[in-house]
Amino acid sequence: MPDKHFHTKKHDVWLPYRFSAGPVFERFFEGLKAGKILGNRCPRCERVLVPARTFCPRCYVDMGQWVEVSQEGRLVTWTMSTEPFFGMRTDLPYVAGLIHLDGTNCNFMHLLGGFETMDIEAVRERLKGSVRVRAVWREEREGDMLDIKYFEPAD
Amino acid sequence: MMRRVAIVEVALSPAGESADNYLDQVYRVCREVLDKAGITREDVGTVVSASSDVFHGGVSCANAYYWDSGAAFLKNGTRQDGESLLAFSYAVMRILTGHYDTALVLGLCKGSENPDNDMITHFFTDPFYQRPLGLNETVAAGLQMRAYLEHSGTTEEQCARVVVKNLGNALRNPNAHRKGRLDVDTVLRSPKVMDPLKELECAPKSEGFVALLLASEDKAKKLTKRPVWFRGFGSSMDFFYLGDRDMGSGVLAQAAKRAYDMAGIRDPVKEIHVAEVTEPYAFQELLWYEGLGFCGPGEGGKFLDTGATAPEGSLPVNPSGGVLAANPYVSRGLCRLAEVTLQIRGQAGERQVDREVETGLAHGTHGFAGQFHAVAVVGA
Amino acid sequence: MITRDKKGNPILEAEARIPYELALGPTVHRFFEGFKQRKILGTRCHACGRVLVPARSFCPRCFVDMNEWVEVSQEGRVLSWAVTNYEYFGMPTKPPFIQSLILLGGTDCGFMHLIGGVDLSDVDRVGRIVKTGMTVRAVWRESRTGCIMDIQHFAPVD
Repeated sequence: MPDKHFHTKKHDVWLPYRFSAGPVFERFFEGLKAGKILGNRCPRCERVLVPARTFCPRCYVDMGQWVEVSQEGRLVTWTMSTEPFFGMRTDLPYVAGLIHLDGTNCNFMHLLGGFETMDIEAVRERLKGSVRVRAVWREEREGDMLDIKYFEPAD
Repeated sequence: MMRRVAIVEVALSPAGESADNYLDQVYRVCREVLDKAGITREDVGTVVSASSDVFHGGVSCANAYYWDSGAAFLKNGTRQDGESLLAFSYAVMRILTGHYDTALVLGLCKGSENPDNDMITHFFTDPFYQRPLGLNETVAAGLQMRAYLEHSGTTEEQCARVVVKNLGNALRNPNAHRKGRLDVDTVLRSPKVMDPLKELECAPKSEGFVALLLASEDKAKKLTKRPVWFRGFGSSMDFFYLGDRDMGSGVLAQAAKRAYDMAGIRDPVKEIHVAEVTEPYAFQELLWYEGLGFCGPGEGGKFLDTGATAPEGSLPVNPSGGVLAANPYVSRGLCRLAEVTLQIRGQAGERQVDREVETGLAHGTHGFAGQFHAVAVVGA
Repeated sequence: MITRDKKGNPILEAEARIPYELALGPTVHRFFEGFKQRKILGTRCHACGRVLVPARSFCPRCFVDMNEWVEVSQEGRVLSWAVTNYEYFGMPTKPPFIQSLILLGGTDCGFMHLIGGVDLSDVDRVGRIVKTGMTVRAVWRESRTGCIMDIQHFAPVD
């Protein structure tokens, strides 16, 4: 932050948290560790949501059957930044998107990569239209969203 | 017959950085509104504040902290976190119960002290599925903007024109944080912070201390010659996960319908005379035109191009400069309402719109990509 | 990444570390300038006549500006006190230590600070030394920067 011209007190808020994951999120992340993307199906509306949930937010009932979903789908929208920001866990440039994985009924957020990303115009050209993308996994997986390195164009 | 409620006075702080501390600024804006109304702290029936715990202030249990400063010592009052326009609706409800004749509504935010919005909104995300991916409010807006442009055919130039209009309007607003005579090219050439979003299309991080004094009908008529009456309110909140939502439309239409039904508004374009909307990302103003029913789906850009929403137009939107000119995140909805109130009372100074203003609309949004919307309709 | 807690339950550890730079404002600044000079400053309310310390911008009861500055006594009576015997985030010093509210001479409210200069080796016996109502006096640090801890503690006066 820029220097102020008046008197201030600098003060850092530092708060550690330990979030309880619960059985559903735990099972989803175990799936990632095993190289699988897991969703589940609502028994009422029959939509498949991914990542897996505890309940269907529309019908407000417990989700039913677990489904291993396709690792490929259509890129619905994406965005890109060449400047760093707080909370980034990967190197620049940052390219993220919403992906409609085949056989599911919602969009899945993840990063995009595996192609030339240094020039924004080149990225816009590459990702134009309803580009199909597929998951690319890390060698070593820990049960983390970034066990999937990114989704790359599948054509 | 149901009691009526009016806004009788407002007080607004400048949005640029101030050397005063947070508590002093709260005190000053409350003191100003009470002095304008000619009442004492003891006369205030109830207090409803809008502020944010921790992240937007660095203080948890925030209302405990500013309660004295908000004239609220010993008062039956409450705080709400979330979009600040809700505090207005709660205060209206408190007066409608018949238990209170006056209510002080506060919106409090000192953006200049806080960390970057990207850092704060990093913590809005769920820690499991979206946070590890670096999702924050700007990323969400980037994703929404692209989806909106591609589905509606809206151009990047049309989005940039929102910035030109609003920052130009802000030149006539002494309280604005950001203002300027820009052109579309300058906006388009500003750094692509989260493509397709440009830097100049993103709102700043501002201060905003606002106080509104509300009163029941009889009391209002004693306190002011120009009461601004509550007519309608509506809100709606979308799903949490970005992937569950339709980014191109969202729930604003629902919130607006609830407000319009309550206010008896059937044709908003004709019956609303001025609107102040919350547009932290320029393209969102165009999307909000659609949700508010000012034009059809996908037509926001075209509506802007008709000139209707310019300060000299038939439905001026953001004559104050909107949130692109001043963005106190936590209190911006109430700031919109204060601006609309000033327009209806003819007290908006240089930024007073040309046309006759009897009915106005204030809009607030909160959460990623317009997850939550609130709409208030008030009139002379 | 999901890990397991002591009970074997799946958890996600995360941290919020966020910087703020808070404006002091003229009243707080002037109060702490007083501290640099070893002065404790309060303000008097013209409506109720009370003197509040630390100095305030406005009286929370009368809701009017407080413009009259007063240098208050460095001595006062202990209104209440408590011994802390464990470590926690944001603690002023390593435990054990004594927090207290002190009624400084010439003021009308409690002033929060630490009581020190007392043998704390046996926490259970502190009550034989520290008593509500006892008189304490400010002990200043040699080097002062304009913050509440420029006063090291208040020590018993006997």
